[in-house]
Amino acid sequence: MEHIVIIGNGIAGVTAARHIRKNSDKKITIISAETDYFFSRTALMYVYMGHMKFEHTQPYENWFWKKNRIDLVKAYVNEVNHESKTLLLSDGNTISYDKLIIATGSKPNKFGWPGQDLKGVQGLYSKQDLDQLEANAPNNKICKRAVIVGGGLIGIELAEMLRSRKIPVTFLVRESSFWNGVLPKGESEMINEHILEHHIDLRLETNLVEILSDENGRAKAITTDKGDTIECDVVGLTAGVTPNIDFLKDSGIALGRGVKVNRFLETNIPDIYAIGDCAEQHEAIGNRRPIEAVWYTGRMMGEALAQTICGKKREYNPGHWFNSAKFLDVEYQTYGWVFSEKGLKENEQHFHWRHSKEFICITIAFDKNSRKFLGINTFGIRMRHEIFDRWLTEERPVDYVLEYLKDANFDPEFYSNYEAEIISKFNTEFGTTISPKKKSWKRIFAKA
Amino acid sequence: MKTIKNIGLVIFLIGLGIFTVLPLIGNFKLDQTTFDQIVADKGFKSELFIQSMQTEVVGREFSGMTSLSPKIVDALEKANAQHRINKEYKKVIYTSPHDMASLIGKTSGIGFIANNKGLMWFLTFGLGIIGALLFILPNIILQGKKGIKNDGIYHENATNKGWVAWLVFIFLVSFYLVLYFRPEFATNWTYLVDPISESLSGNPAGHWFVYGFMYCVVMTVMAIRMYIKYRHNVYQMVRTTSVLFFQIVFAFLIPEIMTRLQMPYYDFKNAFPLDYDFFFQWNLKSLLNSGGIGLFILVWGVVLTLVIVPVMVYFFGKRWYCSWVCGCGGLAETLGDPYRQHSSKSLFSWKIERWLIHGVLLFAVVMTGMTLYSFFEETSTVLGIKTQSIQNTYSLAIGSVFAGVIGTGFYPIFGNRVWCRFGCPLAAYLGFVQRFKSRFRITTNGGQCISCGNCSTYCEQGIDVRAYAQKGENIIRSSCVGCGICSAVCPRGVLKLENGPEEGRINPTEVLLGNDVDLMDLVNKK
Repeated sequence: MEHIVIIGNGIAGVTAARHIRKNSDKKITIISAETDYFFSRTALMYVYMGHMKFEHTQPYENWFWKKNRIDLVKAYVNEVNHESKTLLLSDGNTISYDKLIIATGSKPNKFGWPGQDLKGVQGLYSKQDLDQLEANAPNNKICKRAVIVGGGLIGIELAEMLRSRKIPVTFLVRESSFWNGVLPKGESEMINEHILEHHIDLRLETNLVEILSDENGRAKAITTDKGDTIECDVVGLTAGVTPNIDFLKDSGIALGRGVKVNRFLETNIPDIYAIGDCAEQHEAIGNRRPIEAVWYTGRMMGEALAQTICGKKREYNPGHWFNSAKFLDVEYQTYGWVFSEKGLKENEQHFHWRHSKEFICITIAFDKNSRKFLGINTFGIRMRHEIFDRWLTEERPVDYVLEYLKDANFDPEFYSNYEAEIISKFNTEFGTTISPKKKSWKRIFAKA
Repeated sequence: MKTIKNIGLVIFLIGLGIFTVLPLIGNFKLDQTTFDQIVADKGFKSELFIQSMQTEVVGREFSGMTSLSPKIVDALEKANAQHRINKEYKKVIYTSPHDMASLIGKTSGIGFIANNKGLMWFLTFGLGIIGALLFILPNIILQGKKGIKNDGIYHENATNKGWVAWLVFIFLVSFYLVLYFRPEFATNWTYLVDPISESLSGNPAGHWFVYGFMYCVVMTVMAIRMYIKYRHNVYQMVRTTSVLFFQIVFAFLIPEIMTRLQMPYYDFKNAFPLDYDFFFQWNLKSLLNSGGIGLFILVWGVVLTLVIVPVMVYFFGKRWYCSWVCGCGGLAETLGDPYRQHSSKSLFSWKIERWLIHGVLLFAVVMTGMTLYSFFEETSTVLGIKTQSIQNTYSLAIGSVFAGVIGTGFYPIFGNRVWCRFGCPLAAYLGFVQRFKSRFRITTNGGQCISCGNCSTYCEQGIDVRAYAQKGENIIRSSCVGCGICSAVCPRGVLKLENGPEEGRINPTEVLLGNDVDLMDLVNKK
């Protein structure tokens, strides 16, 4: 029986394992040093905040793995030997494989800051990081202030976590406005306001210079390039992540920043594949980045690779881009491509609408010549994935999208609707006379 | 703000403390004229009972129900036993001993509590309400901006099965045990609400009036907590208002007012088979003897169960009943909200749930079949089994123990929908309709789920919502009561309760939206 070994029990590896099991009788082994069972990494924050216990983040009950004959090995892989097709584990054991899937995810970036390895300095990625945070910052007596370095999605989540225990937070962001490498100006500015509203000491255009140590080798303060020294007990390093592939250095597998793969997720070595955060495409797919460290893409690669492993060779061929996040109390969804001012594509025009009081806004990107709808960012309004996926496939013009915007609304019942307001602003700005169509179940559930 | 909360907690605990000791204190003295009146009203023929009451109880002063109750119970049990030995069945008194103690206790209260009803109300209910509100209202500020407010749920003793939760559990279970099995100990409580009862129905309060009034008070106070906690979610605000309205108006006020108008006591929203004694002989007789209104209730009760309930479930799902109208649901969604995360999500629990709830439905249907057969055939047995004993078993095991003691008493340990999930026969019936013929579903938003587990954790019905959401499947479960919390706590906007066309309602998928279209076609085609 062919033995499929998967290194990493995150969403990519586990999705691959599940789909291989659905389609075949192969022997499947998942190796992870992090946890016994698969858990949702994106949910770690809720454990610290007391919304859930750690076991609630595990999507499958513990009996699931045995029942589906997916063997779990808790170990760390030191070396991959592709000639003998074996893995050397840190406990000295070896495991042989017929096909190997590398799905080892990421690790937090460290840019060589002085003091970055002191006690009390940590990232937020793994279960171990969560345990460490619980030890470093159990309450605001032991952690009197935390400094977070890096204004991305993990940074703002870490800030939310610490604030839930009333720990004062200073948030250093390199950019002139929060996440404005990704978000257009209006949205990024709205999130700045929301961060301040949550009593987070947001410092824009500020970089970490050094983390200072106390006599016990613990972080006691940081200095910034603005000349400030900020006393703190915890330093959160959240300046992005990087593929977790150090153990592959001498394996002969071609590496860039990540494990180099082709569209079939194959590495340069036969029978070795890489998926998820740690995989790097030779050439970026469409507007995507070569390394996509996103929950959804990890899952999609797992789905695609499982078909290949089971004899139906498939490319990793992602559909329309989508993503989601949550900034404190504000939900964010995106469908298609909306670029920030920094990455604006040729002919990309934006329409932005923001609610006068609430933190609700949308940005629609379209082609200023053809009027083709390119994408939408929504904050505080939920939208239907299927509808936008369909409109993007059908290459609808922006006018059509606005006219039928009510069909796309996914907010709970009785919520206020803003389509009329949005469209009237659009009409004023672009001299159109669009009037919103009533929501239609028939259109919503029509199969494309 | 914290100080206000703490003061509120202290005031609440004082009120609760006084309420809790009331069953054990107070003085009782049954005078001769009152006793003669009771004997005459009830037509007691047992000279043994009357005699031992005369010597042991009448004219004596008792301190606390603990000393009075055993005398009455003893007198009644001994008298009945003797009459049975003597085959004097006409003299046997069929009122249960504890109901007798309750009846006599109610008429014999003397002293401070019975004479200061208003003051005592304030010291119990009044302090409880004021304290609770002082505890809850500062949350408007303390909880910060509107949004999901589950911070610390698993750090707090009370909401994480700590000792506070166990104390609440013991209190609730004891409260229900008194209510169902030792009502005489509720006598002092009835005095507190006598003035309210008299203004509504014209009668002094019984222990069920205490329960009804308390139910409304608890729901109202805890609804205020709901409004604050879920102020980001309009669905929750509207729904909470709805359950509160139906509890106060339909379950509490209308039946009391109907009593004043000499009509049968009836809760128009309480549908059979949840209202399991609707077809019991005594109820049918009482309705048939009540003229036009009785007949109307009879027809309404049948139409409600056979037509209105399923038709509404077809259009809106069972939520229209379970989380918008029902009293049990109302308490679960207000008092029970802090405990919703305790429902077990394991597959094992789901298996137990299906056997148990459908078993209870079957039990209710068989019992009612026997009841109706007995009624029309004018016989007391069906196939040699006594209808009465089946009814008694159901009333005790399901009506009292399951729905009350376990259903509510176990809130802090097993979550707030134990009864609705494992026991309610109406929920089982609605569930069939919801599963097989309804427009309701919880739509999963394409591929947006991140498997975080908030939806499953906070599902009071123990549905593993995430198991569906992470596969891109809609949730079509018979047990879903449509409370909408899964949608409220979802951080990624994945879940939406909606009523739409039946076609495509159930949508099994393997490969999720967002991936290769061809791959999705290949794998999802079944």
